[in-house]
Amino acid sequence: MRRSFVRTLIDLAERDPRVVLLTGDLGFMVFEPFIERFPDRFFNLGVAEQNMVGVATGLAEAGFVPFTYSIATFASLRAYEFIRNGPVFHQLPVRIVGVGGGFEYGTAGPSHHGTEDIAVMRALPGMAVIAPADHAQAASAMLACWDLPGPLYLRLGKDDHAIVPGLDGRFRLGRAEVVRNGDDVAIIAMGAIAAEVSAAAAALAVGGIEATVVVAASISPAPVDDLIEVVERFATVVTVEAHSVVGGLGSLVSEVVAERGLGCRVVRCGVRSAGDGTGGGEAYLNNRHGLSCDALVQIARDALAGMRAS
Amino acid sequence: MPAGDAVPLGYAIRRLILEQSKRAHVGHIGSCLSVADIIATLYGGTLDIGAPDDPERDRFILSKGHAALALYAALHVRGWLSAAELDTFCGDASRLGVHPEHVVPGVDFSTGSLGQGLSVAAGAALAARLLGSRRRVFVLLSDAECDEGSTWEAIMFAAHHRLANLVAIVDLNGQQALGYTKDVLDLSPMAERWQAFGWDVQVVDGHDEKQLGAVISALDTVSGRPHVLVAQTVFGRGVSFMEGQIRWHYLPMSDEQYVQALREVDDASCAAALSAP
Repeated sequence: MRRSFVRTLIDLAERDPRVVLLTGDLGFMVFEPFIERFPDRFFNLGVAEQNMVGVATGLAEAGFVPFTYSIATFASLRAYEFIRNGPVFHQLPVRIVGVGGGFEYGTAGPSHHGTEDIAVMRALPGMAVIAPADHAQAASAMLACWDLPGPLYLRLGKDDHAIVPGLDGRFRLGRAEVVRNGDDVAIIAMGAIAAEVSAAAAALAVGGIEATVVVAASISPAPVDDLIEVVERFATVVTVEAHSVVGGLGSLVSEVVAERGLGCRVVRCGVRSAGDGTGGGEAYLNNRHGLSCDALVQIARDALAGMRAS
Repeated sequence: MPAGDAVPLGYAIRRLILEQSKRAHVGHIGSCLSVADIIATLYGGTLDIGAPDDPERDRFILSKGHAALALYAALHVRGWLSAAELDTFCGDASRLGVHPEHVVPGVDFSTGSLGQGLSVAAGAALAARLLGSRRRVFVLLSDAECDEGSTWEAIMFAAHHRLANLVAIVDLNGQQALGYTKDVLDLSPMAERWQAFGWDVQVVDGHDEKQLGAVISALDTVSGRPHVLVAQTVFGRGVSFMEGQIRWHYLPMSDEQYVQALREVDDASCAAALSAP
């Protein structure tokens, strides 16, 4: 989604002189086209994420629309209080872009794994939180959200090739997108892990289980009505996110179910445990945390079997 | 100080600080008194602010937000904050808390968490440059705020980008919440540190409005390095029993203390009026 991001950003910058790009010394082989086109609107602030958000706050108060860019963990966690006291308290249009949610930085280790970014961003009032599922949806989401009056957190995946079948790049703020229909189970996915969910739904269908698959990219504002419509139709709903099960999509869906008193079971797939010091690649880590296609197929089957048994 | 005023504005600000902190029964009095003359200089004619919502106004960020009462006093003197609203300081449903909120006319940015104001100021200064505006950005920091690593991130950024339209003022009173800075986390030599990071440094008397105003008006805010005034100040300045005392970071005044504090500030104000040319 990084190239999709920069392509869209160039289009926006052509259109609007308020758009500026700030990075915390990241974006090799990504930002070159932007720098070439807009050398005076690109700022590498060095390895200083807090200052980057503070500077963006000052720029935004003066009318600019600054995009700040770093790896999801650094973008969200390192600068968190600056984000809260700056763009959020002042409701300024700063766009915090965090790249590489979940285990996308695999072998770089847990310091680079974005597994709490959505939870902390969701807690900020007035902060739009968007986690696109593929590069086409990332472009649509940027076009839909870049000019929001308040702050925005955009979680980008690294992959610029994978496509979630049936999504066709659709994005609507505060809405969820149904990408597959089935009557046995609903699976709701957030972010780039949606590709695994689509593969899992296809594998489940081979075994006779038909799943409805929903992509929830607009986490705040939450697609509450769309979620209700889905969960009301199913006894079991599975949420899938490359993120902690605390505070992210699983929590959001559970809140909707509990607050509306809906009688549906929510099975949350996501990160539940800290690492044990051993690591590996993204696929390995996703599998370890129950987020691979095979693991998701098994979890959905077990969840349905459990419902039938009970 | 505005032309024609015989008595420095700092006395009026001090009196308001004492009145309001007594009425609201709150502390942070020493911190406010420490910056009273700096705030007086800024709002007594240094800051170019036609109206608080003029986009071309100079910006001011009180990075040491706990001295907000000094700022409210200045905004009141400038006529942007009514006496009635000033009297709501620290009350329920008031816009005027211990730390300043940007909803208050004349407050450009909310502060309260130390070590964030200089970054925001640097962004505001960069914005002015990008827009081709001659407006300047002033930011007032406490010395203890320089404990925060983020302050030094911003110091490096402003120097790297040669933000000449940025003027930082460090309230060098040598105190922080739990002790003297030399004992807690030694910050000396303050001026040399900023200098080493590429700033234009002026060491000034933070209680001399005339000198402060003269130094600021002589700064080149169009080209060159960003500026810092290392302002030598006395915590609690103007009230003898508060000066240099750690506890006056916290304590509210008793009735007796209030009477004495007011008397000292009023006496000093009268003396200044009598000695004025």
